[in-house]
Amino acid sequence: MNIPFFKYGLFGDDVSLVVAFIIGIGFGFFLERAGFGNGRKLAAQFYFNDLTVFKVMFTAIITAMVGIYYLSVIGWMDLSLVYMSPTYIVPQTIGGLILGIGFVIGGYCPGTSCVSAATGKIDGMVYLLGIVAGIFIFGELFPLVSNFYNSTPMGQVTLSQLFNIPYGILVFAVVLMAICGFAAAEWAEKKLGNKIVEP
Amino acid sequence: MLSTSNEVQHVPKPYWNPYLSGIGLGLVLLLSYVIMGRGLGASGAFSSLVATGVNAVAPEHAKSNEFYDEYLADTTKSPLKDWLVFEVLGVFAGGFISGALAGRIKKTVEKGPRISVRGRLIYAFIGGSIMGIGAKLARGCTSGQALTGGAVLNVGSWAFMLAVFGGAYMVAHFFRRQWK
Repeated sequence: MNIPFFKYGLFGDDVSLVVAFIIGIGFGFFLERAGFGNGRKLAAQFYFNDLTVFKVMFTAIITAMVGIYYLSVIGWMDLSLVYMSPTYIVPQTIGGLILGIGFVIGGYCPGTSCVSAATGKIDGMVYLLGIVAGIFIFGELFPLVSNFYNSTPMGQVTLSQLFNIPYGILVFAVVLMAICGFAAAEWAEKKLGNKIVEP
Repeated sequence: MLSTSNEVQHVPKPYWNPYLSGIGLGLVLLLSYVIMGRGLGASGAFSSLVATGVNAVAPEHAKSNEFYDEYLADTTKSPLKDWLVFEVLGVFAGGFISGALAGRIKKTVEKGPRISVRGRLIYAFIGGSIMGIGAKLARGCTSGQALTGGAVLNVGSWAFMLAVFGGAYMVAHFFRRQWK
């Protein structure tokens, strides 16, 4: 098997846009199924009432991570052809903190706000306008922040390379940590009286 | 009898089990890697949109700005003819399909009981703007960094993800009136 298909020239750019739309449908579908079109449910994560965000996110990460790992181990997937964004450790950490603050104030992240707007939520639609405004502000200020934006480059690097831990062992460790995290989340929700946010 | 059955129809279905929707989301992400060799994204599509808008109003200004120019560099096609733009259009469609099937399409404002609609919408706009700035500084958002980079154990993505939770827990207390 020659995976990723697109990188092996199985189809061209125009077809890739059709693929993008179909993959997007799947993405939006499961975000909505999880309840992520609802800002109350997303924000509840940060008050420990409903830890669905953590559970869904880490289930998704370990599902894809294990799949990619096995496809590469059996030689079907060439990992060197997979796009991985280069690390700029300080601006990405600061960006994450800023984004987390925006998450609590606004109630969404960019992907979930699309689902929120698509299901009729006015706050999701206004949030989308906010994202556009924020990106415009960032763009206008870019000449001032570009030095910081490009600081502390580490190139394309994985945790397995950074800590010199074999890929398979790290995958196993992350799965194990996620399962412990899920058990802790279930325990915490029960302890706090199961205030799960419903539609 | 009749009114009861009508009521049943109008009650939105509960959300799925989080582990089930997580596996679904993970399989979509895996599929994207298998078919395209790249993961998912969201904020990048809005960058293309903003760059297109700025370019339409002030092309000289857009060309001279490195950030916009990155999205406008390929002059053979519109910056909106972009993989992430089409993917995000799909997200809108997929969200609508799921919501419609579960009876969850409703014109409403999601908020806690102690804040006005107007107050909530102001917060939504401010939060969205902060998120837009943070996502651009981090080179991606919860989709493009946390999920996508998380699954390939990307160092920057994991640092980003921890910082998102850290930032959110740090300030959650001050904005509790909006949600609780």
